[in-house]
Amino acid sequence: MTGPAGEPTNQPVPPAEEAEAVEAADGARAASALRRAWALVVVPLGAVILAMLVGSIVILASQVFIGVEIDPTLPLVAYWAMISGGLGSFNGIVETMVQATPLVLAGLAVGVGFKAGLFNIGAQGQFLMGALAAAYVGGQLRDQPALVAVSLAVAAGAFGGLVYGFIPGALKALTGAHEVVTTIMLNFVAISISSYFVSGPLRAPRSPFAQTLDVGNAELIVLFGRNGHVGIFFALLAVPIIWWLLWRAKLGFEIRTVGANPDAARFAGMRPRRLIALTMALCGMLAGLAGSGEILGRVGHLTAPYATNVGFDAITVALLGRANPVGILFSALLLGMMKAGAGQMQIQAGIPVEIVDVIQGLILLFLAAEIIVRRLFRIREARVGLEELATVTRSYGERSA
Amino acid sequence: MFLYDIPLLGLLFQFGGYVISILPTTGPIFLFAAAPIALGSLCGLMNERSGIVNIGIEGMMLTSAFVSAYAASLMVASGATVGGDAPFGASTPLIVGVLAAMIAGMLVSSLHAWLTITIRTDQIISGTIINITALGLTSYLNQILSKASPPNAGTFQPFIVPADIVELPVIGWFINAILNQRPITLSIIVLVIAMQILLFRSRWGLRTRAVGEHPKAAETVGIDVIRLRYRNVILGGIFAGLAGASLALESAGSFQNNMTVGRGFIALAALIFGRWTPLGAFGAAILFTASEALERSIRFVPPPGQLGEIMIGIPLQVYGALPYLITIVVLAGFVGRSTAPAAVGQPYERERRH
Amino acid sequence: MTGSEHVAAPALEMRGITKRYPGVLANDRIDLDVRPGEIHGLLGENGAGKSTLMNILYGLAVPDEGAVLLDGQEVQIDSPADAIRRGISMVHQHFMLVPVLSVADNILLGEETMANAIFLDRTEAHRRIDELAQRFGFEIDPEAPVGSLSVGSQQRVEILKALYREARILVLDEPTAVLTPQETKEIFAVLRRLAQEGHSIVFISHKLYEVLEIADRITVIRRGRVVGTTTPAETDEEQLAEMMVGREVQLTVDRGESSPGEAVLKVDNLVVRNERGRETVHRVSFEVRAGEILGVAGVAGNGQDELVGAITGLRRVASGTVTLGGSDVTGHSPRAMHEAGLAHVPGDRHRFGMVMSFPLTDNLVLTDYYRAPFARGPVRDEAAVAEAAIGLIERFDVRTPSPFAAGSTLSGGNQQKLVVAREFSGDVRLLVLDQPTRGLDVGSIEFIHRQALAKRDGGTAILLVSAELDEVLELSDRIAVMYRGEIVAVVDGRTAVKEDIGLLMATGGRDRDGSPATGPGPASTTGSVA
Repeated sequence: MTGPAGEPTNQPVPPAEEAEAVEAADGARAASALRRAWALVVVPLGAVILAMLVGSIVILASQVFIGVEIDPTLPLVAYWAMISGGLGSFNGIVETMVQATPLVLAGLAVGVGFKAGLFNIGAQGQFLMGALAAAYVGGQLRDQPALVAVSLAVAAGAFGGLVYGFIPGALKALTGAHEVVTTIMLNFVAISISSYFVSGPLRAPRSPFAQTLDVGNAELIVLFGRNGHVGIFFALLAVPIIWWLLWRAKLGFEIRTVGANPDAARFAGMRPRRLIALTMALCGMLAGLAGSGEILGRVGHLTAPYATNVGFDAITVALLGRANPVGILFSALLLGMMKAGAGQMQIQAGIPVEIVDVIQGLILLFLAAEIIVRRLFRIREARVGLEELATVTRSYGERSA
Repeated sequence: MFLYDIPLLGLLFQFGGYVISILPTTGPIFLFAAAPIALGSLCGLMNERSGIVNIGIEGMMLTSAFVSAYAASLMVASGATVGGDAPFGASTPLIVGVLAAMIAGMLVSSLHAWLTITIRTDQIISGTIINITALGLTSYLNQILSKASPPNAGTFQPFIVPADIVELPVIGWFINAILNQRPITLSIIVLVIAMQILLFRSRWGLRTRAVGEHPKAAETVGIDVIRLRYRNVILGGIFAGLAGASLALESAGSFQNNMTVGRGFIALAALIFGRWTPLGAFGAAILFTASEALERSIRFVPPPGQLGEIMIGIPLQVYGALPYLITIVVLAGFVGRSTAPAAVGQPYERERRH
Repeated sequence: MTGSEHVAAPALEMRGITKRYPGVLANDRIDLDVRPGEIHGLLGENGAGKSTLMNILYGLAVPDEGAVLLDGQEVQIDSPADAIRRGISMVHQHFMLVPVLSVADNILLGEETMANAIFLDRTEAHRRIDELAQRFGFEIDPEAPVGSLSVGSQQRVEILKALYREARILVLDEPTAVLTPQETKEIFAVLRRLAQEGHSIVFISHKLYEVLEIADRITVIRRGRVVGTTTPAETDEEQLAEMMVGREVQLTVDRGESSPGEAVLKVDNLVVRNERGRETVHRVSFEVRAGEILGVAGVAGNGQDELVGAITGLRRVASGTVTLGGSDVTGHSPRAMHEAGLAHVPGDRHRFGMVMSFPLTDNLVLTDYYRAPFARGPVRDEAAVAEAAIGLIERFDVRTPSPFAAGSTLSGGNQQKLVVAREFSGDVRLLVLDQPTRGLDVGSIEFIHRQALAKRDGGTAILLVSAELDEVLELSDRIAVMYRGEIVAVVDGRTAVKEDIGLLMATGGRDRDGSPATGPGPASTTGSVA
């Protein structure tokens, strides 16, 4: 408020006016939030649509390659088969959710990293270490009471991932070693570690293949459908929890500030290096949980080698979901649906399941070349979202953390 | 067995002796295994020395491998002859395959260049996208095309060093190790030396290094930073193309899904370890693949005595993990990032007249 | 120095140059001419328009009106490369050198001497460099990496770059800003030799004595206009200072009287180094009392950034102490300083002051988000944040459609008002203002000045650091002048004379020969406490 001479006074605003102001602000906040949500969604949506269009072209083109005559309806048949396979039946929906579960958690593992200005390509390795820990503990506790076994196995998985995420985080905080290179390296080291343990000390004695003991009572039981296991709820719960962490908790505010503007973060009294290490540990934990979920809920043991692309999928999910927990959830469901329905698509349309990977790659391409999406759909919004990425690459060539 | 009373020293001597004993037979493997990685490093060099981060080397190599294998197949299917008496067994399909791979490498690099230089997408994202897309696309197409049973074009044959030279004392095996190679692998030595000389003694090299360190300074003396970066990134694709062709047409003879298995990343690690120089990267590549060669030797020809016990005792997986662990240590430790081209990773905006 | 009266066309002439940017007339009908073999000093404060003028000369800006003539011929300069081709070379204040490359490589870059189509001819290059260096009287090792050289040597490399390209017109932007007195002497010898050989030199500086010493003629620019052109024989430092800063002070508010209390901030023998390890704050001591504004005047780059950084906890203190309210806070973290009662309006609001992508609400609690009432334990209290933010937005008149809009949607003036709103509110013992009104419109400037005075009257101690001399004169109860990392004078704000302060800012209060000024001058004590 300003007084008669124009100078500010410290008079309190009268209560009625203030309440009105707050209410108006609430309305403004809702409008602002809605606007932001639309801006966040519009480009990913456009990217998905374009990717599927180009995917149709790929499908048509591949017909040429194998010398079959071009059936222009094939893409439609294929997509329809995929969608109905993933969503058209109860089992399909369950399978979609099962496929989406690790993607949600691993996607969060990458997304939270983005929020802090970190590129966590190491979700794959963190997933694997979590899976290893969960498989080991689960195997050891296979005959114990279920609740104890499950809790400890899940916790072990989370802890394994946490440690494996903390390592590159600490390296970056202390030495400035960029997390992109260290996590890629650690992904490969994780394969070696897992291979050693699964083929060696942890190997199940009577199995013809290299795999760990079955987890027995430590399993995440199937609740519905053919394999809808408890892990689905972990994933679903993780979304609001992480959302709450990022936007309601002090720590989340600090993480986001470091990602958006590390200098301002220092000005605000935050400790960027500590936050980096902490965030990577948190990301590792999420990826480790994804690993636990897969082992304890779906497979029951860990094999060497363990075939998974979860790390790359998680990057797609995080980018498509704009590093936003809700976005990540939907992206994971989309990708999960595609994976669940791919088998049906292969049967009905003869298209190899790998088309899902192609579409994934195309989605990413269109996300990167946002400008194409925007021009085609005539979106004139200013660039929204993922400014944190600027911090990611800027720190690649710098010494300081 | 103690050679001297100091066990560790003794072990080192034993180790040295062992390495020397296996070198004649394993010699050529070193260069052969290192070549794709060294070529990948040269691709990375062209990018990073100009100031562009390229972690998409893996995807570029994979795409090129795919293209080279299927281009060669296509040539055979359209009637070109396989085998023959040309040096290195270089039949038309194989040659076409190599050329196609180089073109493919350049095309994918153009995408990376366009995304990072003009669109100014985050450079790391661009590289990651290339990796993911390449994997998906090549796997998908491979599934479809392999069903049509494409004809095989075979592989290049290594150059056979005349027996008199191989039997020369001391240097005979060394010459054999270098020269008993297939053409792309053989060319790596020339390429590395040429790039080393060009980078530090030619005008192109000077301008490239300046742009990677301080693009603004380069711009003020009249150098077109954007154009230079585009050119270097696209030309770097040639090296990635050769790497892929080497994998497909010198090693495997066909394309398998994800056949690069991380070599692109090892190439990046070799580049960093080698302090962004061609010779350094080459040395690092040899070092990294040496552990792979060593691991294989130990399995087939285990060293005698106590050294043997120890080395067999070390799990195989440690050898597999060694290149990556070394890179992490190097990154975190002394090489660090202080020797990276100073402007790497920072998108450049031309100073516009206003 | 030419004594020739032969009227030859000037080597360089800029005629009637006018350049407008949004909101500011950077150059207003500027005339400048430089004769062959002349060293022409271009004198002016920060923001006077010198950089714009040189950008035009160097092909980086297009004049709205006016012309550039070389040897009497009108030319269009399209780009730096074009300027170089025409024989104009610029030695920037921040060197355009690649540290890891050798001297020779830096000089060769862009103008490479080739042995053949592909390879450089370094031998020939080394020879030419040695020859040039000899001709103009200095030693340089062509193979040394530039990053290992002293600043003075690096500058010589920049000059060699120009000479290698056979530049006839050299523009040096604040060349002595980073040099020691000895290095300055050496570079002056080089410049004189260059002038003797017919090169024309434009010497841009704010350092009066140096310009008086080296220049044949001097042109003074103030607020985009040429104030006058003269020669060292016809003028002296007082007159030049007055031409640089003008006589009248533009007042927007009436400062009123202050009644200072106890010392809140005590800085004692503070030494701070910059990122490159150079000592840029040399044993500075002063104090700021409650209820007074101490303004630090000085040309940017004389150690102010490091001083502010050290006091606010953002930079490391090499030695010395900082005391706040009686307790030693030397080297404490920014948060600890904040909790001890310090508030800081940073000079670079985009980098340090706010997070552009965050909503105004978050920005308004950026320094207090972690404690009550804005957080309870690990959880933030959004409602409390919003309430406080709305109140601040109203009180400080931040124009925005919504308190949740992103920081980037505000205009520059409102962004600064936001930062001010945050830092000025609450119980602040020491307020550090660093360039608080840079780039703002008149209305915002007036508003912020009023706020600052209100805080002062409320008992806050205020440290104002500004390159805007008018602002310092308007607001400060006491004025300290910073020159080359030292406080060279502390004067009373009521009796300060603008030209005297300007003179201190440009000379450090020393005579030409470096000894402390004697005789009539500003009422001051050099160095410490007033």
